[in-house]
Amino acid sequence: MQHIRWLAVVPFIGMFIGPVLHNSATPFILGMPFILGWLVVWVLLTSAIMAVIYGLDPVRLAPEEDAP
Amino acid sequence: MIIALVLIALTTILALVLGIVARKRHQMNLEQWTVGGRRFGPGLVFLLLAGEIYTTFTFLGASGFAYGLGAPAYYILSYFPLAYVISYFILPKVWSYARQHGLVSQPDFFAHKFDSPALGVLVALVGVVSLVPYLVLQFTGLGVIVQTASYGAVPKTVSIIIGAAVVTLYVIISGIRGSAWTAVVKDISIIGVAAFLGLYLPIHYFGGMSKMFEALNTAKPGFLVFAAHGQSVSWFVSTTLLTALGFFMWPHTFGSIFTARNAAVFRKNAVVLPLYQLLLLFVLLVGFTATLVVPGLKGAATNMALLKITVASFPSWMVGIVGAVGVLTALVPGSLIMMSSATVLSRNIIAALRGGEQSNEDTVRLAKFLVPVVAIISCYFAIAGSSTIVAMLLMGYSFVTQLFPIFICSLMRRNPATKEGAFAGILVGVATVVYFTLAHQSIGKLMPGLPDVIKDINVGFVALVANVAAMAVVSAVTAGRRLPLAKQGAD
Repeated sequence: MQHIRWLAVVPFIGMFIGPVLHNSATPFILGMPFILGWLVVWVLLTSAIMAVIYGLDPVRLAPEEDAP
Repeated sequence: MIIALVLIALTTILALVLGIVARKRHQMNLEQWTVGGRRFGPGLVFLLLAGEIYTTFTFLGASGFAYGLGAPAYYILSYFPLAYVISYFILPKVWSYARQHGLVSQPDFFAHKFDSPALGVLVALVGVVSLVPYLVLQFTGLGVIVQTASYGAVPKTVSIIIGAAVVTLYVIISGIRGSAWTAVVKDISIIGVAAFLGLYLPIHYFGGMSKMFEALNTAKPGFLVFAAHGQSVSWFVSTTLLTALGFFMWPHTFGSIFTARNAAVFRKNAVVLPLYQLLLLFVLLVGFTATLVVPGLKGAATNMALLKITVASFPSWMVGIVGAVGVLTALVPGSLIMMSSATVLSRNIIAALRGGEQSNEDTVRLAKFLVPVVAIISCYFAIAGSSTIVAMLLMGYSFVTQLFPIFICSLMRRNPATKEGAFAGILVGVATVVYFTLAHQSIGKLMPGLPDVIKDINVGFVALVANVAAMAVVSAVTAGRRLPLAKQGAD
């Protein structure tokens, strides 16, 4: 389950892949130019992904997590 | 004009009173003054960390950047969430280590990890040097506010001096508690004002956000996408990475880690704070709307975009409210930054160089003496400078992110970097930034044959690569030399 932490790579890929592959103002997303809308969606997804990691993270759930 | 200035003055006085009240309730030893006695719960740590998001940089800087340059301002939206992703994994480790060893500052952390007080001094120097542009931009923002709210009656220089004096006074009479409580007031008011302006202005002038963007896309084609050269997609990616990695390397941000009561706070924050900063979207909307409504500002004057459109759209009392919020966004982070730099100078540079024991009382006394010194230096740069707020912050980031490679190494189970490697990495990184900045150079100019994808990479990121290379080489050499010695010792 420690693998769940690798999910954290996804926001980085998501945030960058939109502008790299489609540097354009159209189509509009949520009423915003493409790249801006893309980034806003990924801000939301980042929070969702972190919530999943938080919920399942074995390191966090382990009782001795703060021990040296 | 009078109403606007009165509202701004009242807010400032309220903030000062909150600072005094917060101080009265607590004894001010070194830990109290700088890390709040390590007793802040999730709420206050959240606000301190969030407080550093909503600075003059976001309020005036982000809107001005969107106004003047368009798409490049998008990076501001993308780096915070990524910084929080990183924070989930690293901050709890830093916190436990710091608590275990009783550390109160960032240089302490590095010095302890690498068992090298000299490295602590170097880290402290890099930190203080990076903080200067960050503080300068807060003063610049305060100056812009006073200047605009007085409808030009108070000139720029006087405005900046007034702003700097207020922040200095605030830091001297208060400590981190003052920051935390004012942060509450600040955050509530900035959320209200930014959301209102970001929603209202596009509707008022264009009938909606999407219509505003369509008008902008027609009026300035290419403004809402990354350019083919210069601030291109590759600039965006490298700048976002540079700033996301550097986010927690600032001495004051690193310092706020120590204020937490436990490590769980940071993991929860990593889930919530990305959402919290969506507010930035509203600030960008204000900037984009201003591009069409109040065109004509160039260069450093773009810092005024948000206030300019406020003046053009609302009566004087509203300008006062927006200006007052602007003052708070500069006051809270400005005070944290100033306190951090004074404490680091006092404790980690002067005391370390002087040698011998310096009592905590002496450290605080010296730090309080250094606060106005730091203020005057930054004030000078704010008056003399003519950069946009975002350019100043990026400059600071280029320096401070140079601490990231050795930071990550130090958290690994077996630290791959040696003391010497750490020195080499930081020095090479910082020297690269200084060279490119002073010589007004870019990789494109040095090596014109390179493809644009590489030419447009942020200079700070290039320096980061040089930094890692130097650290790896020197670590490999020094680790190899030390091993046989260690073995001999064992024999």
